[in-house]
Amino acid sequence: MTRHAISPVEFSRFIKTIGTALMAMAVLLVGFAAIAAELPALTGRVVDNAGIIDAATETALTQKLADFETKGSDQIVVATIPSLDGEEIEPYANRLFRAWKLGQAKENNGVLLLVAPNDRKMRIEVGYGLEGTLTDLHTKLIIENDMVPAFRAGDFSGGISKAVDDMIMVLEGNPEELEARGKRNPANDNPVDPIFVLFIVLWATMFFGGLAMAFLPPIFGTKLSPGVYKWLGMTFRYGRGPASSSSGGAGWTSGTSSGSGWSSGSSGSGWSSGSSGGGFSGGGGSSGGGGSSGSW
Amino acid sequence: MLAQRLCSPPIFRNIAAFLVMAVMLPLLAGCGYNTIPTAEENAKAAWSEVLNQYQRRADLIPNLVNTVKGYAAHEKDTLDAVVEARAKATQVTVTPETLNNPEAFKKFQDTQAGLTSALSRLLAVVENYPDLKANQNFLALQAQLEGTENRITVARRDYIQAVREYNLTLRTFPSVIWATLWFRGNQPFANFTIEEDKMQPPKVDFGTSTTQGG
Repeated sequence: MTRHAISPVEFSRFIKTIGTALMAMAVLLVGFAAIAAELPALTGRVVDNAGIIDAATETALTQKLADFETKGSDQIVVATIPSLDGEEIEPYANRLFRAWKLGQAKENNGVLLLVAPNDRKMRIEVGYGLEGTLTDLHTKLIIENDMVPAFRAGDFSGGISKAVDDMIMVLEGNPEELEARGKRNPANDNPVDPIFVLFIVLWATMFFGGLAMAFLPPIFGTKLSPGVYKWLGMTFRYGRGPASSSSGGAGWTSGTSSGSGWSSGSSGSGWSSGSSGGGFSGGGGSSGGGGSSGSW
Repeated sequence: MLAQRLCSPPIFRNIAAFLVMAVMLPLLAGCGYNTIPTAEENAKAAWSEVLNQYQRRADLIPNLVNTVKGYAAHEKDTLDAVVEARAKATQVTVTPETLNNPEAFKKFQDTQAGLTSALSRLLAVVENYPDLKANQNFLALQAQLEGTENRITVARRDYIQAVREYNLTLRTFPSVIWATLWFRGNQPFANFTIEEDKMQPPKVDFGTSTTQGG
């Protein structure tokens, strides 16, 4: 019965491998197609690639936005790019928003304030989850009343920080909802799944523990007789019979420490979403094109 | 009697069938049996979002028309054209079940395009009425309309992507195996096309033809 079942299993694995390879290629191709123009990296809450925000304002904004995220988990990001390279600002902002994954995954509560000084255009892109609070009209009024006059006067820093203040004011205008969002998404910078850690520790213990038992005692232990070594107060026997030790359980714990060290190294890459940098990354939110644009 | 039936072969056959199913079903999933239904549901969900955003636009129009009427009542033709186009557009609906019907899809696209052009004519006419342009209610409606148009664009783009993925599963290896063996009824979904008049480069006319409201 079992021998009979082997060949279909292997065949399906073969098909599956091919399928996975094709899928990976398709994903790569789609990824390349989607990134038409270079998108800037998410280096922080204020990504000033056009260099129009002065340092003091940038620090103040970053602090303000970080504080605001701890309150209600809403992620607001200010981005400036020198030029759109001929693209409309709406699709570009949407692309950037989705690439950066602003907002928490289940709430989609991100906001992107994008300014392109060479095109004299700006846009506030609002994630799905905040469209009801920070409406299109709010964003339009913020653009027309805060940003356009200041930008016309050449005061980019002032206009942007005023716009951010007003966006925060609008989002705080519904305090119960904000608090509820904050409670649903507690600020937890490194949410490592304990089950994942346990799994890695167990696996590493079995893997490295067995490995360590196999070759460490002959190197570091004292030789009692051929094939019998004493190390760390335990006796290890090698040779024909099954490898046994007087108290093997204690010997395995040495593998545990190396295991936990290894898992902390790998968990970082497992959990960061896409382009993390500067200790800030998007929470997995998306946007459906809410918000509004303006020009000056 | 009961004991006899319990020990009878059909029970064992059922158990055997159950075991085979238990072993085979995960294999089916591993082989990509789920690929086609997953892609199909994704495309349908993307279509629902498109419908949702078009509906949102249709809901905004009565308010917009009423506001404009207060300032520009004699632009009756333009206003009527918008109302008529809206009525036409809301009559044609394409449910997710009829997405594989290219004619229905074409009709939907045409009526919505008609509404888009009627709306853009209305917004062009509005440029002649400074009082209306300064009206707060109109500004609010305009902001919402712009936002909705942009959401429609995004929803359409997502739908195009989802349909592309779904149609690919019906035609590419390995999922094409399942498409021919099992999902014979699955047809490719229709997708958006650019209208022919939009493909023409715009004509710039510096003549005296400044007539509006056609």
